[in-house]
Amino acid sequence: MLSSPSESRGAEGGTGYDLAVIGAGPAGLAAVVAAADRGLRCVLLDAGSGLGGQYYRHPDPALRAARPDRLHHHWSTFTALAARLAEHQKVGQVDVLVRHHVFLLEPEAATGHPWRLHTTATAKSGAATTVRLDARAVLLATGAYERQLPFPGWTLPGVVTAGGAQAMLKAGLVLPGRRVVVAGSGPLLLAVAASLTAAGATVPALLEAAGYLGYARRPGALAAVPGKLVEGVTHGAALTRHAVRPRTGHAVVAVHGTDRVRAVTVARLDRDWRPLPGTERRIACDALAVGHGLVPQLELATELGAATRTVPDGTLALRVDARQRTTVPGLWAAGETCGVGGAELALAEGELAASAIAGQAPPAALLARRRRLRAFAELMASVHRPGPGWTEWLSPDTEVCRCEEVPAARIAEAVQELGAGDARTVKLLTRAGMGWCQGRMCGPAVACLAGADGAAPDRRPFSCPVRLGDLAELPPS
Amino acid sequence: MRPPRPRPRTPAALAAATPGPAHTFEFDGRVIPALPGQSIAAALWAQGILAWRTTRVGGRPRGAFCGIGACYDCLATVNGHPNQRTCLLPAEPGDSVTTQEGHGRAELAV
Ligand code: FES
Repeated sequence: MLSSPSESRGAEGGTGYDLAVIGAGPAGLAAVVAAADRGLRCVLLDAGSGLGGQYYRHPDPALRAARPDRLHHHWSTFTALAARLAEHQKVGQVDVLVRHHVFLLEPEAATGHPWRLHTTATAKSGAATTVRLDARAVLLATGAYERQLPFPGWTLPGVVTAGGAQAMLKAGLVLPGRRVVVAGSGPLLLAVAASLTAAGATVPALLEAAGYLGYARRPGALAAVPGKLVEGVTHGAALTRHAVRPRTGHAVVAVHGTDRVRAVTVARLDRDWRPLPGTERRIACDALAVGHGLVPQLELATELGAATRTVPDGTLALRVDARQRTTVPGLWAAGETCGVGGAELALAEGELAASAIAGQAPPAALLARRRRLRAFAELMASVHRPGPGWTEWLSPDTEVCRCEEVPAARIAEAVQELGAGDARTVKLLTRAGMGWCQGRMCGPAVACLAGADGAAPDRRPFSCPVRLGDLAELPPS
Repeated sequence: MRPPRPRPRTPAALAAATPGPAHTFEFDGRVIPALPGQSIAAALWAQGILAWRTTRVGGRPRGAFCGIGACYDCLATVNGHPNQRTCLLPAEPGDSVTTQEGHGRAELAV
C-alpha cells in the first residue's frame, strides 16, 4: 500500500496508471477489481482510512471486532471484493492510497496521460502531504453525503447526522447518547434506528417526514427489486423487537437545551411538510440523529463542466451514458455520483464502468440489473423529495449555515430586500456556504430559501480545503 | 432454572469486539481513555463529551456532526495544530487535544 509521495508510482513523469478510481466504496471497489481482472493497471484512492466507503464502514482492525457483519447487510460481498483487491495489490496490478483526498483533477494531455490527480493527506499534519498521480482514465465513485434541512436548535451538540451516528457506531463503536430520536426522510433512517437500538440505545421516536404510500403507487418498480423489500422487512423486524415504530408525516421542528440536547419538539406535517399547529409534542432525549436523504458528491466533475441531471428528490447527479461515461472525455462515474441508489446498484455500475473502460461490451445481465435498480432509486427519490413547507419550521434566528453562523432572517433579507434569486447571490451577500464545509451542509437549504428552481451545480476549484503550504508545493502548470 | 441473563446491548458487544487495553490522551487537561483504533471524536463521545469547539461569531459549543469529514464541525487543536477534523484523526497515546476557540488561527495553520 502506498503511504508516502516518494513511493508513488505513475507520478512525476512515471509510467502512469491505466485507471484511477476515486472512492473505495461499493462502486469504486467493484470497479477497481473488475478493471484489474481485465488487465488494467489501477490506483484506488480514498479520503478515509480504510476500504469500504460509508456503506461498508467498519471498525478499525485494532478494535478487534469479530462480528463486523452485524452492522451490515451483505458483508460477505465486501470481504470477497477486499480479498480480490488484496490479490491484485500483491502482484502490483493495483495500488491503494487511503487517507488521501483528491482535491483537483487536471486534464493533462501533455504528458500522454489525460489526467493528473492532486491529492492531500487527511492524516495528522506533517511535512509534505500532497501526492500527484497520472492516469489515462478516471472513475469518479465519490458517493454522497447527507442532505440537511435546518430547524431551530440543530446546531446544539448532540444533534448529529443520521449517517454520522451510523458512521461513528460502525467505525468507532460509540453512540451519541442513550436516548436517540431518529428523524428526517429516506430509507437510511430505518437502518440507523435499527443499528442504534441493536447497539443499546433507546430510540423513543423514529420520524419520517414523507409517507410510504408513494411506494405503493408504483408496485412494478418495487416488485422488480425483491432484495429491497427484504432489507426493509429486516430493519422493520429489528425495530419491532425494540418497540420502535416509524411514524410517517412527522418531523422534529425544534431542539431544546442550552449546551446540549435535552429534548425535541415533534409535529405532524401536512402533505407539503408544513407543521400542523396543535400537533406538537415534546420528547425527552439526549441526542438526535437527523438527515433528509443523500446528496451526490460531484465537485471534481462539475468543476470540469460535466453535465448533470436533476434527480426526482431535487438533488443533482452526473449524467452518464449506458457505459457510465460522463460528458467529459476520459471521465467515468459510478454509484451515488450518478444518483443515490444504494450499494447493489453501485456495485453493478462500478463493474459496468470497468468493462467499458477496458474496451469490452457491457454484459447484458449487468445492464438489466442496473435498469431495475435505477428505476427503484428514482421511485425512492420521488417519495422522499422534501415538501416545500419545511421552511415554515424555521424561526428568524435559526442558523442555516453552520460554519458562518448565518441565520434564516439574514437569508430572507438577502432574498426579499436585496433581490437575491439563487444560492450563489445569497452566498455573496450573507456568506452562507462560504465556510469550511463549502456549503455541503447548508447548500440545499439555501438554494430552497433563495427560491431557485432546481439546484445549480457547484463549481469550485478545489474539492476540499487545502493547506496553503500544500499548494505552494505544486509545480507551476 | 432461571434463563441466562441477556448480555448488555453495547456497540462492542454487538460487533463482538475485544479491543486491547485503552490508551490515554489529554483533552483540555483531562485524561481521556481511547480504545486502539478509535478516532479522537469517538473517544470523546464514549466519555459523553459532545462539544470541543466554540464558534467564531456566537462562541457556541460544537462537536462532531457528520462523522465523515464533510461538515468541519468537529475541529479541534491537536498537538498544537488547529483546525483538525477529529472524526478523521485516530487518537494516539499522549495526544494533546484542546478546545478550539473561534477561528483557531492563533498559531496560523498554513
Ligand atoms: S464531524 Fe463532520 S467533519 Fe468531523
